[in-house]
Amino acid sequence: MIKEIREPLIFEISAAGKRAAGLPALDVPEKKDLLAGVALRRELEDFPEVSETEIVRHFTRLSQKNYCVDLGLYPLGSCTMKYNPKINERLSAHPAFAGSHPLAPVDLIQGNLEVLKTLEGFLCEIAGMDAFTLQPVAGAHGELTGMMLIRAALEARGNARKYVLIPDSAHGTNPSSAHICGYTVKEIKSNEKGTIDLASLEQAMTDEVAALMVTNPNTLGVFESDIVRIAEIVHAKGGFVYMDGANMNALTGIVRPGDMGIDVLHINLHKTFSTPHGGGGPGSGPVGVKKELVPFLPVPVIAEKGGRYVLDFDRPESIGRVRAYFGNYAVNVRALCYILTLGPVGVREIAEFAVLNANYIRKSLEGEFDLKYTTASMHECVFSDKIQKAFGVTNLDISKRLIDYGVHPPTMSFPLIVHGALMIEPTETESRRDLDHFIDAMKAIAKEAQENPEILHAAPHVTYVSRLDEVAAAKFPVLRWEKKP
Amino acid sequence: MSYLSLSDKDKKEMLARTGVGSVDELFCCIPEAVRLRRLLDLPPAQSELELVRTVDAIGRKNAGVGLLSFLGGGAYDHFIPTVVDYLSSRGEFVSPYTPYQPEVSQGTLQIIFEYQTLICQLTGLDIANASLYDGSTGTAEAVLMAQRVTGRNKVVLAGSLHPQYRAVVRTYIKNLGIEAVEVGFGPDGRIDRTELGRLVDDKTAAVVYQSPNFFGVIEEIKALSDAAHAAKAMSVAIVAEALSLGLLEAPGRLGADIVTGEGQSLGLPLSFGGPYLGFMACKKEFLRQMPGRIAGQTVDKEGRRGFVLTLSTREQHIRRERATSNICSNQALCALRATIFMETLGKQGLREMAWQNAQKAAYAADRLLAVPGVKKRFSGPVFNEFVIDLPKPWAAVDAGLREKGLLGGFGLGSAYPELKNAVLVAVTELRTKDQIDRLARALQEVLS
Repeated sequence: MIKEIREPLIFEISAAGKRAAGLPALDVPEKKDLLAGVALRRELEDFPEVSETEIVRHFTRLSQKNYCVDLGLYPLGSCTMKYNPKINERLSAHPAFAGSHPLAPVDLIQGNLEVLKTLEGFLCEIAGMDAFTLQPVAGAHGELTGMMLIRAALEARGNARKYVLIPDSAHGTNPSSAHICGYTVKEIKSNEKGTIDLASLEQAMTDEVAALMVTNPNTLGVFESDIVRIAEIVHAKGGFVYMDGANMNALTGIVRPGDMGIDVLHINLHKTFSTPHGGGGPGSGPVGVKKELVPFLPVPVIAEKGGRYVLDFDRPESIGRVRAYFGNYAVNVRALCYILTLGPVGVREIAEFAVLNANYIRKSLEGEFDLKYTTASMHECVFSDKIQKAFGVTNLDISKRLIDYGVHPPTMSFPLIVHGALMIEPTETESRRDLDHFIDAMKAIAKEAQENPEILHAAPHVTYVSRLDEVAAAKFPVLRWEKKP
Repeated sequence: MSYLSLSDKDKKEMLARTGVGSVDELFCCIPEAVRLRRLLDLPPAQSELELVRTVDAIGRKNAGVGLLSFLGGGAYDHFIPTVVDYLSSRGEFVSPYTPYQPEVSQGTLQIIFEYQTLICQLTGLDIANASLYDGSTGTAEAVLMAQRVTGRNKVVLAGSLHPQYRAVVRTYIKNLGIEAVEVGFGPDGRIDRTELGRLVDDKTAAVVYQSPNFFGVIEEIKALSDAAHAAKAMSVAIVAEALSLGLLEAPGRLGADIVTGEGQSLGLPLSFGGPYLGFMACKKEFLRQMPGRIAGQTVDKEGRRGFVLTLSTREQHIRRERATSNICSNQALCALRATIFMETLGKQGLREMAWQNAQKAAYAADRLLAVPGVKKRFSGPVFNEFVIDLPKPWAAVDAGLREKGLLGGFGLGSAYPELKNAVLVAVTELRTKDQIDRLARALQEVLS
């Protein structure tokens, strides 16, 4: 594709009278005065008018301005950008599912309910939990649901409590989800290993603390080796342990959260179970719980009765619904297909190869880039720009320069406890060739940082646009197209 | 079967470089006591062909496939032009992450910018976000937003708001000290304005109503907005059938401060309820309180136009517990489909589709009301859905219709005990005159 091609906004190529789709002529007698007395639009003012050729060219050209997993390594830490199998796309759009109405009577949707119930069972086995709900549609939605379940369980015991403990390395959704659930967040400092400091936890864990939200492996890619003890400390004071399963990709088939003291967790199916990220969604964030929390699960719960599936709404302790209908069904179909394709060995290999690839990258780049925490890595490793800072080069420069080498940048500036962070998660699906290309590019950039930092400051050089002025975008917001007067 | 790309030789060499003797050693940081020392109890791996057979077999258990459906209630069976599936299935759209690196995400970002513009045009408001999960959670987010804007802790929800949307709102607000009261509906199916006047007071953050409402009836948005504004409360319009905006006046022009709802009708398959598309637009003075991602226009170093995600200081990854919402993932690929759909149908096509929906629903209502014993339940004007009262219990009628290959509608009795024998019937542009006639004949036979 030619770098110079500009694609205008659709509104700028619109011309009166053009159209890209037609309908059959109305086949019922037309009532011209229908809806008389109702406020109607005169017209869809400034709505686009283009031909089908123009539509296809517009979106095809725009598509070429995106980097994507189908093109190459996408090592965004914590995002698990693995390959998305194409058969799962096809089967998620199976006519039997795509045309299925969510309000259809229960005996007409037995296939859908079988999909959901089977996936719930698989996730219970993989995570070591007693039950799952597939209603939450994203990781943050799952967190909110999980915290609501904890709150409901504590209320049933007589006291909802006030605080939720969250390590300083946590994803921003954790404190935000706890807050929407009505809790005050208390931050727990990480120790020199990058893990939860047991002494601080013990001190903070009182009988006013509802839960600890823990990500394991944490956002440094470090496994919380004291997890069993951590859970004991929280349980001893009557609290619950919530696990953010964003990094479940490091654990599948190796260890089960339910076996290490976790009471509630969410899993991002769009990470570990390969459903595509779609440029920001849709995802799916199922929540798994231990027995004590089962009565509080969102309604409806899918149950089996007399050889068929039924929807159980008669659950007086339920937190209620967290979404209309049944969650992101077609996303859940993809995850089911993925697990069926992999089987028990393949599911374990997810974690094995994800961790191998991450450690291979870490070992290959150690010395070239600073590693603040040297604790063993699981599926991702977090370097920083500390060495390159001496030459005036930041993690932003490094990231933008990677684009010139044809690789997507890692996650930047997160977790917050590593200044100038470069958080790298290769995932298990990558080839040696693509891993080595990334490593070579990073090494070349480390060299450039010393010898020619200017080329990094000016990067990227190969894209349709150069670095964009994000400050101006926020200061003078232009959030929609408007017709010039 | 798996999707790995390393050869045995690669693996051996990489382990050597990493300095460990075996893959198992990589997990030495996990306490042995909790390690899973068995294979997971999952079915054996399936090849692609086996997987297709497995899914086909499950799909056949969906006995509703092939029935002629008149189901609506927030999920609608609409025409989707081929280009929507074709373009939206490109790997460049399906497989990227959120566009945090704008230089390599201009495709997604420009599309979000176009999407935001289209939503503003449809709703008649100044700004729109890049999407929320769906109509139900969008409604909950709008309630929380109204509470932040007004600092008030009471919302008035229309009883004619989708029952599942109301349920989600109640779940969300339960732990935040926000009180929800419900206002009933009159014989026209519209909000009872006298009762509304009694319920809205100086503690009210918002009046939240759906139009067309759950009964398909078009509300008087201007009057509802005036009632809200008189108490300095916000007017929040929920649109569960986005196609209606092709024909009905934009709620923003009738006084709504926030318009949010479900965009499924705009190019998304029914898919048993998801993934769908929550859209949200508001007046610009409320920008800082809006949840979710927003794309904005800017320039690069050479002064060329480009797009970025902006105003992220509202969001959780910056503001953590003080964010406007905990939302992170949205429904970007669904918003992309909606954008292709709206731009393909365009100015005339969207209006034409909406007009055909209204005409066909009107025709269907005439035909069904001509069946002896069938009565119109509400007198208010409707878009593409309407409620009829049957002389017999719906369960029996439904069973009879299904035997004739028809899904006649959604029985309202489960959600509204007072509407025991009432049925919500939806008619889109996909239903032909013959199919509507067939429903009328079948209903007559089942009732006689």
